[in-house]
Amino acid sequence: MLRIISLIFIVVSPPVFAGNGKLLATPGVSQIEGSGGGGLVPWAQLAGYASQDEIAANAFCSQTQLSDVRLRSCGAQLNLYDRVELSVAQQNFRINALDTSIGQNIVGVKTRLYGDLVFSTWPMLSLGMQYKHLNDTAIAQALGAKDTTGIDWYLAASKLHLGAVAGYNLFWNVTARRTDANEMGILGFGGPHQDTRLQWEASTAIFFSRELAVGIEYRQKPDNLGLKEDNWSDIFVAWLPNKSVSITAAWLDLGTVAGNENQKGPFFSITGYF
Amino acid sequence: MFKLIQRLVTTICLLCLLVGCAAYTPQNTLYDKLGGEAGVEGIVSGLIKQIGQDKQIFHYFADASISRFRTQLTGHLCAITDGPCKYTGDSMTDIHTGMNITEKDFNHLVDLLINAMNLQGIPHRIQNQLLARLAPLRANIIYI
Repeated sequence: MLRIISLIFIVVSPPVFAGNGKLLATPGVSQIEGSGGGGLVPWAQLAGYASQDEIAANAFCSQTQLSDVRLRSCGAQLNLYDRVELSVAQQNFRINALDTSIGQNIVGVKTRLYGDLVFSTWPMLSLGMQYKHLNDTAIAQALGAKDTTGIDWYLAASKLHLGAVAGYNLFWNVTARRTDANEMGILGFGGPHQDTRLQWEASTAIFFSRELAVGIEYRQKPDNLGLKEDNWSDIFVAWLPNKSVSITAAWLDLGTVAGNENQKGPFFSITGYF
Repeated sequence: MFKLIQRLVTTICLLCLLVGCAAYTPQNTLYDKLGGEAGVEGIVSGLIKQIGQDKQIFHYFADASISRFRTQLTGHLCAITDGPCKYTGDSMTDIHTGMNITEKDFNHLVDLLINAMNLQGIPHRIQNQLLARLAPLRANIIYI
């Protein structure tokens, strides 16, 4: 699957992707699992600037450096006619104390069910799926995870309200995710303390100019392994100076991750739009 | 009690006649915040200039009368921003039917309008308020 999608990216050569018909900044950026969204949460918008008559391709890399763990994630998205988003991501998660790294590959599909972020009466609505495949399974299995692959399903609603807060544009997103992933899948899927599968995620931001948004995100997570897995949150600044690049800086609070308590630190992400 | 209300209403009406309505209190409506008549005319002129130099969407306007477009758009913007005008032109649907304007080209016009507002020195927060008033029109403009 990963290979097929990579092939699509290579075969359909860059000049074909002239998709730049969306309004600046409205696609959002790239989240760590590869989907279009904020840093942590997938949003209803499809990644990239393709309008209904266009195709767009984007690539991203992000890195977060916390006290005892580090996550790198790179990937790409293909936006087909602002109706379907295909995404791939490769994650590398390092646990300093164990001097080890865990790799995970993710393939995502998202489809826009209704609306436009800016112009529709009701919020834009999208349905998405992320197929996750853990490459380094030893730690997940040692901790009692049931599976080393998993599928997340999510329904996301987003809206940008023009001039809503003292004249500034207000963005919000709410995502309901059905998942049994432990730490996003890095620690496998399911476990002895199987928790509720439906998790809620939300983001909101204010655009202080056409190019600059400041916001917060929250992501609920299950605790299937009984490791006191925490919910995630961040505060971010996204700079989208043009339709070719976006840069996001954030401060993450991931709580307890893989037994490491109080994991906080900076996050940087860059997305290029072709 | 009733008399008191009656007197109050009369006083307000008188005040309105004397001050508000006659002098057209500045900075009250979005129209005023855009700079009133001069401001809106400036935005429209800027937009026309931008369209004239634009490769992507000029073709939609190639056969249009510039002076008519100027008058109608100025009147529409004035009316939609609570200015002292009434829009008397055709409906958005009537104007745009058959043009088959794409989402991409519509968004490009939004960009040109933002450029025009920037050139006119309209603050970001005021720009957003005008865009918010115009946004609901899109459904009657694209892909028809």
